Amino acid sequence: MTLSNLKGVMMFAVLVAVFPLLFSLSDATSYYTDVMVFVAIHGIIASGLSLLLGYAGQISLGQAAFYGVGAYTSGIFTTQLGLSPWAAMLAGMLLAAGLAYVVGLPALRLKGHYLAMATLGFGMIVFIVFNEYVALTGGPSGFGEIPQFNLLGWKFDTTVSYYYFAWAVALLVLAVSLNIVNSRPGRALKAIHDSETAAAAMGVNTSKAKLQIFVLSGIYGALAGSLYAHFVSFINPPPFDIFFSLKVLMMVVIGGIGSVWGAFLGAALITFLPEWLSFLEDFDVLANGLILLLIVIFSPDGFVGLGMRLFQRISLWHGTAGG
Amino acid sequence: MPAKPLLTVRELCKHYSGVTAVFDLSFEVKPRTIKSVIGPNGAGKTTLINMVTGFQPPSGGEIVFNGHPITGLRPHQVAARGVTRTFQTVELFSNLTVLENVMVGCHLKSSKGLISSALHLPGVGKEEMEIKNRALHFLDQVGLAGHARHLAGSLPLGEQKLLEVARALASGPKLLLLDEPASGLNERETSRAADMIAGIRAQGTTIILVEHDMKMVMSISDEILVINFGSKIAEGPPDKIKRDPRVIEAYLGGEDQYA
Repeated sequence: MTLSNLKGVMMFAVLVAVFPLLFSLSDATSYYTDVMVFVAIHGIIASGLSLLLGYAGQISLGQAAFYGVGAYTSGIFTTQLGLSPWAAMLAGMLLAAGLAYVVGLPALRLKGHYLAMATLGFGMIVFIVFNEYVALTGGPSGFGEIPQFNLLGWKFDTTVSYYYFAWAVALLVLAVSLNIVNSRPGRALKAIHDSETAAAAMGVNTSKAKLQIFVLSGIYGALAGSLYAHFVSFINPPPFDIFFSLKVLMMVVIGGIGSVWGAFLGAALITFLPEWLSFLEDFDVLANGLILLLIVIFSPDGFVGLGMRLFQRISLWHGTAGG
Repeated sequence: MPAKPLLTVRELCKHYSGVTAVFDLSFEVKPRTIKSVIGPNGAGKTTLINMVTGFQPPSGGEIVFNGHPITGLRPHQVAARGVTRTFQTVELFSNLTVLENVMVGCHLKSSKGLISSALHLPGVGKEEMEIKNRALHFLDQVGLAGHARHLAGSLPLGEQKLLEVARALASGPKLLLLDEPASGLNERETSRAADMIAGIRAQGTTIILVEHDMKMVMSISDEILVINFGSKIAEGPPDKIKRDPRVIEAYLGGEDQYA
């Protein structure tokens, strides 16, 4: 990892570590910490799509399927087969990787709208399986009693302990993603985004590179899903529908397409915004949509782009003031 | 003793639905030479480059590079064997920096994959430095080292064309196919490009040059292949081509007797 990235991740880690302490004096502690667990989970799945869409330029509207595969594998393997949550999480990630490989092999030959349609269809099929395969998934009513993670006898059974666990995983995912972005394979992905033709002419196996990153986004999705299942301990199909896929897309776009940091920023915004707007009661969905619309209109490159422009303006202003 | 050809093209054909773009084209390229391909617009020059580099599958015929058939291989496989190209309409990675463009060109000269990069395993940082240095070397060679940190899309056209050449060179090609490197360049830039191409050949890279600028073609080519309507109408050294009546006719607009 480059030094500047390492510094960034370290600073972020410190922020994350002190967050629950900031609220420890107020009643809101467990509430905000709870929401922040979801930010970690959403950040993980969003950074997978960020690599796929923001770097490699390939859309997916089916990320919720991988999220669901991770969650259901965790749930089914622990409650029905008695496996440990760790083994179940690993199994979910492997299953999602295999699924992404099988789906991506033909689907990634498609471009633009057609790829969007194909992945959307994939997401819907998996959602139907969650609903209809009652013997395994419990159908629309789902199932509960999914056990918690255990590390060397220490159980992550409180919101705060789960918060630290989920964020440790999320920071790991962030670090791994930043490593990829600033590397030979990451550059190849960015090259594919700009010109697949030229990338191939330089010897980049474009179909392999796209498939690899699609599989990785599937693994991230399953990891997030598994964290979700063991946190809420009950799962049913709705959280894994196509609207969640669109939500993940929103996180990537709002945060700043083409930035892994943006994926986490977007995850935080999309997760917190409905909570902040809940005082509007019936109008919260409307306000939520309006705010997102305004962000996309006024800052198409998301929050990261907005921040960079602000930074440039400030340094420019300092430059002229000093000179 | 004649040198063994680096590239042999035999009876190459390309048909699109009803239209024949290249027909029964055979020629050889000797190592360390510049072979220019000229012909009127639509003669099939770019189609030829696309077929040699794997971007379009031929309808028939055979392409042999360095003793091995490469017909029907995919572009990245052809590139891995040492055949690199530039594009008629510039195909840069415009959102990457000038340096990063050439670093992508080093793809075949480096090996670290997704997993070792993701985990930053030992050796990743070292290879990254080597890639950067190699890229800077080739940027320097085309005189763009000063623009390393600029976005490729922000360069003027002439420099974008140079950047394409630097990126192609970074992949260490044995055979370099240049598709109209001088189009859109002014006279001074064109003569600079001609010098650069001659310099690349002098360093041991074989070149196929597709170009409309006759002054450039005549001054730096070892051999010229003239095609019209997808077929060969003449082949030989520049002096011979200049006097060939069929070439003059094709260029000055005779009847379409070679269709």
